[in-house]
Amino acid sequence: MTTPVIEVSGFRKTYGSTVAVDDVSFEVRNGEIFGLIGPNGAGKTTTMECVEGLRTRDRGAISVLGLDPIRDVYQLQQRIGVQLQQAQLQKRIKVWEAVDLWTSLYRKPASDGDWLLAQLGLAEKRNAWFMTLSGGQKQRLFIVLALINDPELVFLDELTTGLDPQARHAIWDLVRGIRARGKTVFLTTHLMEEAERLCDRVAIIEHGRIVDIDTPERLVVRHCPERTVVLATADPAAEDRFRAIPRVDSVWRQDARVTIRGSGDDFVTAVIQCLSESRIHVTDFRTVHPTLEDVFLRLTGHSIRD
Amino acid sequence: MMLRGLWRLTWLETKIFLREPLGAIGSLAIPVVLYIGLGRTVGRRLPHAPPAVSDFVYIGAPVLAAVLIAMSAVLSLITIISIYREGGILKRLRATPLRPRTILTAHVLVKLGFTVVTLILMVLAGKRYYPADLHFPVIGFTIALLIATWSILSMGFLIASFVPTARFAQPIGAVILYPMIALSGLFFPIDTLPPALQTVARLLPLTYVVSLLGGILRGDAWSAHVRDVAALALVFAVCTALSAKVFRWE
Repeated sequence: MTTPVIEVSGFRKTYGSTVAVDDVSFEVRNGEIFGLIGPNGAGKTTTMECVEGLRTRDRGAISVLGLDPIRDVYQLQQRIGVQLQQAQLQKRIKVWEAVDLWTSLYRKPASDGDWLLAQLGLAEKRNAWFMTLSGGQKQRLFIVLALINDPELVFLDELTTGLDPQARHAIWDLVRGIRARGKTVFLTTHLMEEAERLCDRVAIIEHGRIVDIDTPERLVVRHCPERTVVLATADPAAEDRFRAIPRVDSVWRQDARVTIRGSGDDFVTAVIQCLSESRIHVTDFRTVHPTLEDVFLRLTGHSIRD
Repeated sequence: MMLRGLWRLTWLETKIFLREPLGAIGSLAIPVVLYIGLGRTVGRRLPHAPPAVSDFVYIGAPVLAAVLIAMSAVLSLITIISIYREGGILKRLRATPLRPRTILTAHVLVKLGFTVVTLILMVLAGKRYYPADLHFPVIGFTIALLIATWSILSMGFLIASFVPTARFAQPIGAVILYPMIALSGLFFPIDTLPPALQTVARLLPLTYVVSLLGGILRGDAWSAHVRDVAALALVFAVCTALSAKVFRWE
């Protein structure tokens, strides 16, 4: 494993008497998409902005690309790309003017601005005022600006909030494209689906503390080991047969649909075996996997939307 | 490296300001129209006017117009800073290699640029209505106005630090700035004010602005106005130092 791109340990930040983030430690590895996930107000943006050097921390150590984000902020800014939550540009700045300004600010603007605009589907909007862009176009412009200096590390804060599903999927592809170019991505999101589909590893943050960190798959296995099979059958004896399967937690029927809950890696196999041995006729069969959403619920006791 | 991006940002903000029809027309047109209005009504009757009136037209009107130019520059600055802060634009710009002071200096330069342009428009437009023998020290007056505007723009940053939302920027700025005109010596000589108000007047930067502009217009030497320039430099120093402490980027 290569040295981490970001190392945070024992980090704490307060606003007045409110503790926004406390005792947060994590690392982001080279070339991965790392997600900080949690509900609004959990401390995601505070953490990200302290890592970016936009805010000072009260306590703890933060190292980004081997630099201190406060002491070496100007050196750091040359090497990172940043997209901020709910940021805007001047209403009447033209797309090309923003790209031109950003290009002029970096010592080595390795990327060609027009090429990036074309890549992100904004070539036709070159002369448009920022205020006339759609939400998705604005976010794509912010991605262009975040990539203009060919950064080693890209920060994306709530990138797809407020976008429709189609625009969201398009943006996800773009973020995967950033990783494909060998860059590291550190993002925050309160969308569990986004984290699940996009992130190599996630840290779940709640009330300013990190609850757990791992790949989405391993988090699900660790915290939500239960498996659910939903099937449709008219067989009246089926329920009793299912209850006899080892490690079954619950079975309930609603009309023809039967939901079977249990745990263990071989639970689904056991259900299939039971169906075949008892010759139960089924007209539908599917397994329901727990998601990060369920993990979050399990770890925090509430849904991320509450 | 400190100036990286300053000229580009200044030019960009100039273009953006011109694209905002109300802002550009308002700050360019109002002082010019006011000056022409005064010229039309009293300018042509000037040879027969009593000395007090002619003094107002020769000195008072251009100084008042110049003060209004400076005021509208400051108000516009306060508004822009509040809008930029509210929209996260300031924060976005700060998350680049642009130095914070570069971002703010660009706005000062834009405002100073428009101040000069407005003043020149005013002088050109007023020529028709004012007597041909009216000597107008354009260069000296422009420099004096730039010093004055530069100084009270620093107050603008301080006011912008306290403005809660962009909606209140214009009214709060106006309430703080415009009453200063009444005590600035433009309408009543400072010496004729009650002692308490005289003290207040001496604390207001606008008093020194009026004294400087009026003096330069009368043909005074700059050496006669060292006190005014020093006072304005002090205002700038104090306001800038305070702003550095209390300025909010978001």
